[in-house]
Amino acid sequence: MSALVEEPEVAEQSDVLAVRGLTVSVRDKVLVEDVDLTVGPGERVGLIGESGSGKSLTALSVLGLLPEDVHAKGSVRLAGIDHDLIGADERQLARIRGRDLAMVFQEPMTALNPTMRVGDQIAEAMLIHRTVPNRRAARTAATALLDRVQLPGVARAYPHQLSGGQRQRVVVAIALANDPALLICDEPTTALDVTVQAMVLDLILQGVAARESALLFITHDLAVVATICQRVLVMYGGRVVESGPVHEVFTNPRHRYTEGLLAASDLDSAAHRLPTIPGNVPAAGNFPTGCVFRTRCAHATDICTTTPPWTGSASSGFACHHPAPDLVALETRRSSREVADD
Amino acid sequence: MTEPAIQVTDLVRDYPRPRTSLLRASPPVHALRGVSLEVQEGERFGIVGESGCGKSTLLRIIAALDRATSGQVVVEGTDITRLPERRLRFLRENLQLVFQDPMSSLDPRMRVRDIIAEPLVVQGHPASGERVRELLDAVGLSADAGDRYPHQFSGGQRQRISIARALAPRPRILIADEPVSALDVSVRAQVLNLISDLVDELNLTLIFVSHDLSVVKHVCSRVAVMNAGQIVETGPTADVYAAPTHPYTRRLVSAIPTLQRALSGATTTDLVKGVLST
Repeated sequence: MSALVEEPEVAEQSDVLAVRGLTVSVRDKVLVEDVDLTVGPGERVGLIGESGSGKSLTALSVLGLLPEDVHAKGSVRLAGIDHDLIGADERQLARIRGRDLAMVFQEPMTALNPTMRVGDQIAEAMLIHRTVPNRRAARTAATALLDRVQLPGVARAYPHQLSGGQRQRVVVAIALANDPALLICDEPTTALDVTVQAMVLDLILQGVAARESALLFITHDLAVVATICQRVLVMYGGRVVESGPVHEVFTNPRHRYTEGLLAASDLDSAAHRLPTIPGNVPAAGNFPTGCVFRTRCAHATDICTTTPPWTGSASSGFACHHPAPDLVALETRRSSREVADD
Repeated sequence: MTEPAIQVTDLVRDYPRPRTSLLRASPPVHALRGVSLEVQEGERFGIVGESGCGKSTLLRIIAALDRATSGQVVVEGTDITRLPERRLRFLRENLQLVFQDPMSSLDPRMRVRDIIAEPLVVQGHPASGERVRELLDAVGLSADAGDRYPHQFSGGQRQRISIARALAPRPRILIADEPVSALDVSVRAQVLNLISDLVDELNLTLIFVSHDLSVVKHVCSRVAVMNAGQIVETGPTADVYAAPTHPYTRRLVSAIPTLQRALSGATTTDLVKGVLST
């Protein structure tokens, strides 16, 4: 994809977020390569991948929060912002972060300020962006937000007085305080117990739905993505290997990695032994050239040393030289043959 | 029936809390409040519960790394609750642990072969290179892995090293405390298969602790569900999963998002409803 060629591309009005040809590298190592990603208004998109797949780096590049000496190339456009987020300076980004674009991180204790009451932290998010007229209005709004995440009366508490799930709900309240156009969640429930996870996920969905915000949800948990997202992108080795509607990708995976991942995580229907993907996930930046999955793939051949082309449309497709059979197509063909036999 | 491999009777563990008032002592934390269970020889027994329910405390007391406030733990016919440290050698040989985080449970400054040989050396056995190679082979690592250091391995391989170390003194009981929680999904399946195979091959009794009911369901035949320092439900894993009787278990089961349920249209509201309705 010729993302590096300067073309006066008009950000499509329909997309809240449009990432084109995103490449993230540190010194000579490429960590994320040529990622395209769009999120429509009110759409809920999941980004799944294992450690080192580049899913968190993708989110951090969108927010302009990459660590020093990690560099992003490509284009990141956000609806309503007239400049590219990549290459924007800190002042421009600071105006966008927390207002148009909000993020919920995995660890709520490090995301909150331990020396500030949680109500003040929520109010601060609104005061900094001047989305409320004054301090008193901010405080009232903060209390209302805390009520919405079912934490009434904790505005004067400090983060250490709250449990993990309560803290994460405070972080969600801060993220939603300015009605962002896009909410990015990076593994928001990984550190939480399942019963708490159910509640936090539900609150995130309710908050997003009430504001008609778009959601980009990053996780390694396939079941969580299937429960809350409409569309999913599967990342491996810094590339998007497959994308499409959740139901399609999870019932009819075409990339061999997606296929293996689904089989390995299916603890319910598997008999005594689980199907596995051989080998280990390589360390970030050490994935093979060509197809990133070829060193662990049972179907790999010589052609896999070349980068597989993208098959399908921009929003639904896969990048694999030896894709798994298309179950839906097979089924249709079989049924049409049966009809012909009759 | 022969005697159970592990028998826990009415186990209580209170932790004192630091005094916050001059006038009265702080109330203690009741980590375990009367836990009783029995694990038969060769059984695969799971313990499920959320954080803070006391499952790690229970494991530590069974492994004699911690002492009970009251109650009794009998391992292979010997009451270990009142034994002094120096008479616990039989337990250290027969009962071994695999912990959650393989990075913090392996000494970063020791070579893998020394890590695996350490339990043998400590117990006064000759630690032969042959035994170490045999163990590396059993967990699916190449023989030259022994010359390297833990940081040169990925998470899944490190967990294999922990398993090899645990198996070194030829234990009869293996306790795994969240052994796959820190691993990627594609590697998790490998490690679960490995534990399963080794337990079968070596005829081990397995106690498998996890917060993830579906992992426990895959590995274990019987399960105990813990909540707030007590066991609320025990039974064959499939039954507990399919038809939980205790309200807490029902809540736990209904809150787990699964692929099947999600693909048939379950939303987070359904998950929360399950949590609230019971």
